[in-house]
Order: sequence, then C-alpha cells, then structure tokens
Amino acid sequence: MLKIINASKTFNPGTINEKKALVNLNLELKTGDFATIVGSNGAGKSTLFNAITGNFYVDKGHIILGGEDITFKKDYLRSKDIGHLFQDPLKGTAPNMTIEENMALAYLRASTSNHTLFNRISAKDKRRFREHLSLLNMGLEDRMKQPVGLLSGGQRQALTLLMATMVTPKILLLDEHTAALDPATAENVIELTKRIIKERNITCLMVTHNMNQALKLGNRTLMMHHGSIVLDIEGKKRENMTVNDLLNEFAKNAGQDLDNDRILLSK
Amino acid sequence: MGGTVIFSKLIFLGALEQGFIYALVALALFLSFSILNIADLSTDGCFTLGCAVSAIVTVGGHPVLGLFAAMLAGVCSGFVTAILQTKLGVESILAGIIVNTGLYTINMAVMGFVANVNVFGCDTVFTKAKDKLPMEYSKLIIIVSIVVIIGLFLAIFLKTKLGLSIRATGDNVHMVRASSINPAFTITVGLCVANALTALSGGILAQYQKSANIDVGTGMVTIGLASLIIGETLFSKRSIRTRIVGVILGSCLYRIVIALALRLNIPADFLKLISASIVAIAIIIPYMKNKTRFWINRRNSNKEIESIEDQEDM
Repeated sequence: MLKIINASKTFNPGTINEKKALVNLNLELKTGDFATIVGSNGAGKSTLFNAITGNFYVDKGHIILGGEDITFKKDYLRSKDIGHLFQDPLKGTAPNMTIEENMALAYLRASTSNHTLFNRISAKDKRRFREHLSLLNMGLEDRMKQPVGLLSGGQRQALTLLMATMVTPKILLLDEHTAALDPATAENVIELTKRIIKERNITCLMVTHNMNQALKLGNRTLMMHHGSIVLDIEGKKRENMTVNDLLNEFAKNAGQDLDNDRILLSK
Repeated sequence: MGGTVIFSKLIFLGALEQGFIYALVALALFLSFSILNIADLSTDGCFTLGCAVSAIVTVGGHPVLGLFAAMLAGVCSGFVTAILQTKLGVESILAGIIVNTGLYTINMAVMGFVANVNVFGCDTVFTKAKDKLPMEYSKLIIIVSIVVIIGLFLAIFLKTKLGLSIRATGDNVHMVRASSINPAFTITVGLCVANALTALSGGILAQYQKSANIDVGTGMVTIGLASLIIGETLFSKRSIRTRIVGVILGSCLYRIVIALALRLNIPADFLKLISASIVAIAIIIPYMKNKTRFWINRRNSNKEIESIEDQEDM
C-alpha cells in the first residue's frame, strides 16, 4: 500500500545547523499492515510522517501510496487518502465548532464533486455521525451541538480518530497519539484504535515510546536511527521477542544504545 | 426639532440608518477578523472603492446596478488581497496595507481623478422607492431590507460545507488541510465575500449621502471593529446566527453613541478619538469582568482565612 523508495531529507543544508533527517529510507507496507515505530530522539520518526503527509517534500526519492506516486502532490490533496493523528489532542479538531460540524468537515473527504460544498449538514449526515459517535461509548452522540472545545483531551483524540477513519484512509499515521492522555484514557483510545484498524483492515504506521506497545500492537515493529530504518521485524521472530531483546537488537544494528529520554520500558 | 429634546426622532432615525449601512462593514470584519482570523487592512480603500463605483454608475443612471457593481469591485479587491497572501507569500497584514495604498489611485481613477463626485439630482435606490414606501421611513426600510438579506445569506452560507471550511480555517488550519480542503481557497472565498460587503456598504452610503469622496473610507477599519467588538461583547460565544444579529446591533449602538456625542456639541474632529476609545473600552470590558471576579474571589477567600484563624486563636 505504501512504498517509500530511497527518501532523503536534509534541513538547513550547507549550514552549521544541517540536519539529515531522512537518509535513503526505504519502507514497504502491505495492505492491512499495522507497524509500530520506535527510535531515539531525533531519529526522523516525525519527519517520516511529515514527508508522507506532504508537510514538506523530500529532497530525493519517491513516495508511492496505493500505486500512485505522491512525491510532489500537495498536502491537502494527499489528505484525502491519509489519516493523521498528532500527540497534541488539540490539533485534529476545530475547538469553536460543534462536534457535528467537525465531523461534516472530515466527511468532506468522501465527496467527489464540488457542489456538495454548498450543501448544509443534512439529516442523513447527522444520522451517520450519530452512528459513528455511538461507537465510542462516550455519550458524544447526545452532545453533537456542543463545541469540541468543551471535550476532554481523551474525548477529542477519540473524536479525531473517528474523523480520520470515517472515510477509510489508505494509510493511518498515528504520531504518539496517546502520549498526552492519562493512562486509563490512553488505554481506551488504544483499544478503540485496535478495533477500528482491525474492522476496516486499515494500513497503519504508529510511533510509540512504549516498548511493550511496540511489540504487542500490530504485526510489525520498525526501529529508526539517524534517518533510516535499522530494524524491521515481524512474524514469529517478533512474537518471541522481549523488550530486552528488542533493545539489544537495536544496539547491534545502530551501533549504540537507544537513547530516548521518554522511552517507557514497562507497561 | 425642539432644543429641549436631546435625542429627536429624526436624529435617532439617521443614526439607525447609518448604523445599518455601516453594519455591512462590521459583518465583513466579522467574516475576515472573527471567523478567518485575518486582519484585513484593505477595508478603508475597499469602502471608498464601493462608494466611488456606486456613485459613478448612479450618475450614469443605474443606481441598482451601481450597488452590484460596487460589490463586484469589492470582490476584485478582496481577490487581490487574498492572492497576495495565499499564493505569493505576502504577510496578511502587509497584503491589506499594500492593496489599501494601491486602491487610492484606483479610486481616484474611478472618480475621474477628482476628489468628489456628486450624485445630486440623480435617481438613487432611495429616490426610486420613495413613492412606494412611507416617506419618513423609506430610507430605513430599504437599508434594513438589504442588511437583513445579507445577514440571512451569511447565516446560511456559514452553515454550508464551504462555510464550515472557512470557519475551520480560522479555527484550526491543520484540520482543514487534513479534511482535504485547500486553505488558500477558503481564505480567498472568505476575503472576496467580506470585501464585497465592505464595498456594498460604501456603495449604499454614496447613494444615501448623494456623494462620494476620496477620504470617505478613512478610519473605516476602526469604526467597523468598534461595531464588531460591541456586538461580539454583547453576544459572545453564541451561535453564528446570534452573533450576526449582535454585530448588526453593535453597529447601530455605535452610531447612536456617536449621534449622542454630536448632540452634546462635541466637535466633529473629536469623533475619531471617540471611535478609538469606544473600541478600546469594548475590548477592555470583558477582560475587566474576569479581573473583578478574581478580585472578589480573592477578597472572600482572604476573609474566610481570617475568620478561620480568628476561631483558632480563640
């Protein structure tokens, strides 16, 4: 589904602040793959996501999504096929607009023609949003006229997840989307993520600092270091792996220990 | 009008008429400033543009067409401001200033390079309707109808999916991009609509006061903001519909205050200072409300602590 070929990105090239964020990175995800990514500080995890969403263009290489070369496609056009959740729960929704208005915007991705722009939210839309919201079990379906700013961080992140997947994306990017939530809420959002991804067979990349999560969630674990992927494990090998094995593997491949001040080794 | 009456009916009517005319500028700023979160400083020039275009077309004998022409001119002006900031990388405030400066020449050109155009003796939308409406209120009825139509249009427009996209652009631009909407497009549409309203306001004024003047738009941003902020302070954090009504009422309220000031023999030269003060006060009020609440809470809490300490002493 997603293919990244030899992608490179250097920030501030030729200056003292030069930073090679991606170095000849190669990655292929099959349809339905759910890969977790771990890596040291500044390994290029977020850069990888930004390159996929089109926040900036790569200097070299190609990004192919669902068979289409999107290397130079504009960000807002790509977002039709990409769902993206950030660590900051405030980033994915418009606070001064109601839940139903936010969902209507997210649902615009489903429309193929321009004249729907002049339609208002229909009763049919509202029914559909209600159905989706009731899946969250948060009672949000009865608060559709309330501004999103009144929701808690966890509720906002759950809503963002719903909005990102309401129109099934070709790929879902999760950038530590539970890191800012309290443990119980984070657990809820993770369960919800698992359920939605499984039900809809969504291809997904997820950055996490929780090593346990990195091994338990999904079917693949990727480790990044200095702008490339240094470790890619799946199947039997992954199932039998402990957090310690993972750290050792990383040290072997990267030539140094994983240095990440936010890493969570245990649950 | 008797000298003993501070506020005669005629003055009140005049204030209301002007309040509704300038309400369109306030609505334009509501769209650009409150909704899109862009300070559009081309407002002054755009208002004069609408005024000039409307006056020239009215002199040519087509007052109704004049209003539409003014709106079209406003759309063009808004389009240039929008393109400068969305496609050419000019800061939004700078884009407004640049267009505002350029518009001076355009406005002079529209008026045939004279500073004044008179519409006396020509048919205007007001003279045309005078026979059919009650004499005294004919102007007010026409102006109110136009403003009501525009208000309804805005209320409906901002509920369409395009309108939602425009609102989200000012609220969270990341989210707009993630919804596969081009923010450059929503900003352009928003500014075109806003400037059409500003120019329409100028266009109506030209026919209302039967003249267009190159300086008529000076300070219009402040006046529009004053009305907007009064309206938003009175009706804050409500639905879009209520806020639109609030902005229109804010504009009327502002005009009534100005009319009162004039009535109290304050020289016309002081009006700009009064406008500026009204804007400042309208912004300060909600802030001070919060502060007083804090002071009261602190005082009560201090008293509570004291009484507890007193009890412990005993």
